[in-house]
Amino acid sequence: MTESVAIAERLSASSKQCLGVRGLSKYFGDFAANRDVTLSVDAGEIHALLGENGAGKSTLVKMIYGILKPDTGSMELLAKPYSPDSPSDAKHSGVGMVFQHFAVFDALTVLENIALGLEGRFPDEILAAEIAEVCDRYRLHVELNRRVHDLGAGERQRVEIIRVLMQDPRLLILDEPTSVLTPQETEQLFTTLDRLSDEGRSIIYISHKLDEVRALCDRATLMRAGQVVDVVDPRQESTRSLGEKMIGERLTETKRSKVSSAEKKKARLTVRVGDVYPESTRNVVLNDVYLSVAPGSILGISGVSGNGQDTLFDLLSGELILPNPDSIVLDGEPIAHLGVEKRRFLGLLGAPENRLGHAAIPELTLWENVILTARHTRGILKNDHLISGTSAKAFADEVIKTFDVRTPSLNAKASSLSGGNLQKFLIGRELLGQPKVFVVSNPTWGVDAKAQLFIHQMLMKMADEGASVILISQDIDELLSVTDRICAICHGRLSRTFPTDEMTPEHLGALMLGQEIDS
Amino acid sequence: MIFVEARAVTRWYHEWIAVLIALILTVATASALLASLGLDPVSSLHRIFIRPLNSVYGVSELLAKATPLITIGVALALGFRAGVWNIGAEGQLVMGGLCGGAVALAFWGVDGFWVMPLILLGGTLGGLVWGAIPAFLKVRFNANEILVSLMLTYVAILMLSVMVHGPLRDPAGFNFPESRLFHDAATLPKLFSAGRGHLGFVFALMFAVLGTWVVKRWHLGFEMRVTGLSPTAAKFAGYSRDRTVWMALLIGGAVSGFAGVVEVTGNIGQLVPNISPSYGFTAIIVAFLARLHPLAVIPAGLLVALSYLAGEAAQLSLGIPAASTQVFQGLLLFFLLGTSLLVNYRIRFGRIG
Amino acid sequence: MDYGLLSSIIHAILVASTPLVFAGLGALIQERAGVLNLGIEGLMIVGALAGFATALAGYPLLMSVLAAALAGALLASIFAVLVLRLYANPVATGLALTLFGLGLAALAGSQYVGQAAPQVDTWAIPVLHHLPVIGHALFSHDPLVYLSILMAFVIWWFLKKSRAGLILRAVGENHTSAHALGFSVRGIRFLAITSGGALAAIGGSYLTLVQTPLFVEGMTAGRGWIALALVVFASWRPFRVIAGAYLFGSVTILQLHSQAFGISIPAQWLSMLPYIVTIVALVLISARGEKGLAAPGSLGKIFRVSR
Repeated sequence: MTESVAIAERLSASSKQCLGVRGLSKYFGDFAANRDVTLSVDAGEIHALLGENGAGKSTLVKMIYGILKPDTGSMELLAKPYSPDSPSDAKHSGVGMVFQHFAVFDALTVLENIALGLEGRFPDEILAAEIAEVCDRYRLHVELNRRVHDLGAGERQRVEIIRVLMQDPRLLILDEPTSVLTPQETEQLFTTLDRLSDEGRSIIYISHKLDEVRALCDRATLMRAGQVVDVVDPRQESTRSLGEKMIGERLTETKRSKVSSAEKKKARLTVRVGDVYPESTRNVVLNDVYLSVAPGSILGISGVSGNGQDTLFDLLSGELILPNPDSIVLDGEPIAHLGVEKRRFLGLLGAPENRLGHAAIPELTLWENVILTARHTRGILKNDHLISGTSAKAFADEVIKTFDVRTPSLNAKASSLSGGNLQKFLIGRELLGQPKVFVVSNPTWGVDAKAQLFIHQMLMKMADEGASVILISQDIDELLSVTDRICAICHGRLSRTFPTDEMTPEHLGALMLGQEIDS
Repeated sequence: MIFVEARAVTRWYHEWIAVLIALILTVATASALLASLGLDPVSSLHRIFIRPLNSVYGVSELLAKATPLITIGVALALGFRAGVWNIGAEGQLVMGGLCGGAVALAFWGVDGFWVMPLILLGGTLGGLVWGAIPAFLKVRFNANEILVSLMLTYVAILMLSVMVHGPLRDPAGFNFPESRLFHDAATLPKLFSAGRGHLGFVFALMFAVLGTWVVKRWHLGFEMRVTGLSPTAAKFAGYSRDRTVWMALLIGGAVSGFAGVVEVTGNIGQLVPNISPSYGFTAIIVAFLARLHPLAVIPAGLLVALSYLAGEAAQLSLGIPAASTQVFQGLLLFFLLGTSLLVNYRIRFGRIG
Repeated sequence: MDYGLLSSIIHAILVASTPLVFAGLGALIQERAGVLNLGIEGLMIVGALAGFATALAGYPLLMSVLAAALAGALLASIFAVLVLRLYANPVATGLALTLFGLGLAALAGSQYVGQAAPQVDTWAIPVLHHLPVIGHALFSHDPLVYLSILMAFVIWWFLKKSRAGLILRAVGENHTSAHALGFSVRGIRFLAITSGGALAAIGGSYLTLVQTPLFVEGMTAGRGWIALALVVFASWRPFRVIAGAYLFGSVTILQLHSQAFGISIPAQWLSMLPYIVTIVALVLISARGEKGLAAPGSLGKIFRVSR
């Protein structure tokens, strides 16, 4: 602890304010990503930057980290004018950043990865010793000689954090750091952050998870539509009041009306299989999968990203087929040996997590993307061989109108739509096909709050019309508010399934960590 | 500051503006090259590009050269859309010529309406087999089709050489490495009284129309394109990557083989060690020049065929080697690839975001 | 066994393999940076001509090799600009480079056809070249043979032991992450492409300066493509490139000496061997699947700077 005090003394030699931002604006064409933004971060403060996707948080921190150049306004760091031209400029001035999508290299070792982030350093024993010291001080544990390829999300993040800490930063920026962590890993991260703040280092913490912000941060700057709307002490606010300030309107509760037990029927889809090996060695192997879902109900599968969700989705959608037909049974019919197309004929539809490049093709227009999964409906495909452009366009038009998809035209490329609009289009594309079973993975990842509500309503409507929905998600709030029953996946194993009403976030967190899953 | 920004909607004319700019830049650069060799660009370009077309003979020659380019170009456009890089069309052409030629020689002197179709079938099958090898190795062992199809090209050329030096050599040919001349029933009719333009050109046009239909309307064409753009999304859509690899290489092989047998029966009239001045490789340029649109392969093929005639004219009238047409072709492809940015992106002037 | 013949065959194998070593290393350095360049053949022939023309003009070997390297780097920079700046399809651009190089060399080289380059001196390694059999076979070569082996060492050291090499590997492995860390992906790739182009061109110049001492259009005869196959064969490792190149060189030379070994089949069948061996090697390497193939993660993918 004395060491920590010594560092704190060294750092506090500077003034109380660490970063000051005044009147910062940034325009992309006519669109104001940031307008007249003011921000003040004190030394040793953990400062939250709250806002929805698209509120301008990323643009702001990109300017602080030297990735973007502001159009107007000025910044001050440690009482000196600060205008970084590049990330390396920012690093030299004492600003470090941990990205949401980790900038790590799979084929390289942890040590090599860290060396790459440090100017002029080579992955030798001297560096290894220095890293060990930092790891020790902040209780971060990684094995330096392992390849990043073999690490989980939490460990990868630690690699990034160590890389930044090795530069002895005064100001540390973390972009949505907990989105891939288990509750327990999150706890560990918070311990590290508290320690950094005790040393007098400042932290900008970007998030839209209100509970976390209330637990961790000293102050919060709220952003909406590119502007700062308020600066508050999050500990004095309720999650609800913070949320309302962030979104700017009262949140309508989305709580699933419970399916009455009288209506519960026998399972529509049952999966019962031993080990499932994915085609790519990068995906997780599943062990002893058992799940079943009844008509008209929504089953939630929670879990930290990278625990076998991809393999599970492929297994359900038919991208991965099994030799034994009986492993998956739909309405009494064995289907595990059938491919995607045949399962779709039987009413099993889906929407994968990755919208561009899996659910849709970025370079193709919306109506062409319709052909991908809906070609066997509404006469889009004639005689099994000819494509009717007119029918495909009519279908796309119906999706756009029914589900309020904002797009300039049917001929717009999928890549030109915002995340929320594209997701509405993609779920709508399947919804019009009247699915019996609908499998969806992280549908609201990177989607703004309004579209999020809309998508939740789409899923619930689907269930109300009798479909069985399987919702794979990392968002605990989403799962608790939308689903009827819930289970968790960890290291390729599924937990027992519980009714959602009996589930608490703590219990779910434990399930996500693999507790209660016997091996 | 100049920067580029993705277009939300691409219109058809964006592509043609890009092609036009590429053509202008190519001619400008070629002129500069000629000037640097001490030649007057305007009169030189006229002499090598325009004068060869001033006669029926010239046009007929042009069509003869364009025939294999268009035929193969259409097949390659389909394959490249699918992201299958068959760059061994030259070898498939040679195999087609060899197999078709062998059939023609086996039935030497036999008349009958069925002889010609049989020869064409033989050539097509030869190319098909040569395309099937990289397809099989790609699907079964994930071996890179670029390298396999290319290596097979050299093997095919050597195979043809073995055959015309040995078993297929003309017994009365004084040991020259050439086969007998094919008889009339094994020769495609000429289109004009002068030059070598032959019926194969009509086949080439039919391929282009058929190819357009496959791309625009046929589900297979869509399936192949989707697989080329995103294998993961294709799998989710229920399309098989293996099927696309097979289709692309089988179509490429069969059509190139057909082009090969058409070349020997329509143009050359016998088997010789060297039946193609790299038509199979040049067809790659044709496919890109047409921006992978089968119908546009027709003008693209004619233009590149003209560059061959121009090469011959350059050798005769300017004394520069015929192989230097490759400079022209390479330049054209460079500019075309460079300007294709304009199709999907918009150039904007102003401050970068 | 006739040891004199054995010694001269090994000597000839090294000479036949050296262009492939240079060209293979040139392709390797680009591919480790994530760039797939199918223009190696074009770079080689332009190098062959540039080196030859310089030698004919009376300059020493060093200058000829440097001229070839410079020509290769210049030509490769066209490829670099198209692929890195204008996001052109790398496969098609590489092909264009090959066509352009072959044509340019034919056009500019027509005046040199029929002339012969001066003999290159042999650098016999002191003491070692007196050894029986292997003395002549291994230690009595022109300087470029030794340089090719030295280059493999240099590239191995660079990739494995230097920070710049670490960065290059990082760029080849994941260009998005490398960009996020502030490395100039395009700058690093530009350097990889131009230096790889220079190496390929030196490989080409070996043909005209040492192997044949003549210039003929199209004389590279597909060696550029074999070099590309070699890199896959070598799983992207410099020393394995040497091993692979010598293997291919051996097949070429043994085919020339087939008569001496009493093999009497048409020469074309033997000429096919290197190509068939490449295919077989490719299949064996590829069949090992994801784990055996250490292909750089971003190989051949287009890198776009996001706003």
